Amino acid sequence: MPSLIDIRRRIRSVRNTEQITKAMKMVSAAKLRRAQDRVISARPYAASLRKLLQDVAGAVVGGAEDTPKHPLLSRRAEQRIQLVLLTGDRGLAGAFNSNLIKASQSFLAERETLQVELLLLGRKGRDFWRRRTVPITDEYPGIFNKVLYEDAGQIAARLAERFANDEIDAVYLLYNEFKSVIAQNLTLLKILPVEIPERENPIDYIYEQPPEELLKALLPRYVHIAVYQAMLESSAAEHAARMTAMDAASSNAAEVIENLTLYMNRVRQASITREIIEIVSGAAALE
Amino acid sequence: MPDTFELEVTTPERLLIRNQVNEAQIPAANGYLGIGPEHAPLLAELGIGELSYRVGNIRKSLVVAGGFVEVMTDHVRVLADSAEKASEIDVERARAALRRAEERLGSNATVAVDVARALNAAKRAKARLEAAAHR
Repeated sequence: MPSLIDIRRRIRSVRNTEQITKAMKMVSAAKLRRAQDRVISARPYAASLRKLLQDVAGAVVGGAEDTPKHPLLSRRAEQRIQLVLLTGDRGLAGAFNSNLIKASQSFLAERETLQVELLLLGRKGRDFWRRRTVPITDEYPGIFNKVLYEDAGQIAARLAERFANDEIDAVYLLYNEFKSVIAQNLTLLKILPVEIPERENPIDYIYEQPPEELLKALLPRYVHIAVYQAMLESSAAEHAARMTAMDAASSNAAEVIENLTLYMNRVRQASITREIIEIVSGAAALE
Repeated sequence: MPDTFELEVTTPERLLIRNQVNEAQIPAANGYLGIGPEHAPLLAELGIGELSYRVGNIRKSLVVAGGFVEVMTDHVRVLADSAEKASEIDVERARAALRRAEERLGSNATVAVDVARALNAAKRAKARLEAAAHR
């Protein structure tokens, strides 16, 4: 039977852990709120850009299957694939990172016969894939410290350039979409070649510039905002996952403390009872 | 005929304004567009400069750089790469940026990319100072 002092030490240690997980939960909650605001404020621009792209693409004449209207629209057989994996920079976020890594493994397994290259955003994915044999185009550990539109631009420009130079045939993003505080949605999104949904009734605009030129300016921005939005979603989802995980850890710690306290009281009571029995039986022996 | 239309200015990072306005001056890539209500649908690339709009008798302005303008009969959407309200402009910083850009241009830079970038920076800084002067 452990001594009272041992149990007290154990309780103190669990209480310390609880304080840390509680603090981490608060921090994540604050960060989550900010990340959520940014996701929401990026939406109007993205929605308008998508609409604009549909209109402009519809107005560009020609563009059959074999002659795309723009290099970023050219559809090729998918032989060389670029997978952009967005993981977190830190752990302690429940299954957030491991789900992503598992999903990326099965993505690769499904395309065993094809060439897949990885672009890794976030430290956790980098740490995992760096020790393996899959070719890595580049890695950006620590990019989620602060999600910047400029960073997304750099990455998007690189992807677009490689695609336009015919070095890769398709680009996929794999990330966790922020659904709610307790749920993330694992999302696989193909961003290149850009697929433009057909528009029902196109509007007859006056074009200040020829539509071809506008399309040329629109497409890179479209890729840019797609990467940026994925980064924002992933960062919000990460904070949400961490908050949930830390909340669970805090309530676990509270439960452990409660059980240990109960046990400690029982041990103390047992030793008191034992002493009383000793005294009583000692007195009885004297009679 | 309605005498207002909706003006919306967004950047990838935020929504700057979404307001009913009477009239707007928008810096397109090929020169300023003056837009009133019931304008014919139009698409243009956005240039660098001061975007101003009028609500009643109050005139306000923003600085925008790069992007697109979509004009419809009842609304105008400006998708800018970057934009700020006149009230947010840091005059000192804009002045410093203008000085830097001019220095770079004066030091007969040879690389074409650098010249283009310095020219753009100078244009942005000038637009910001102008908008700040009007506030």
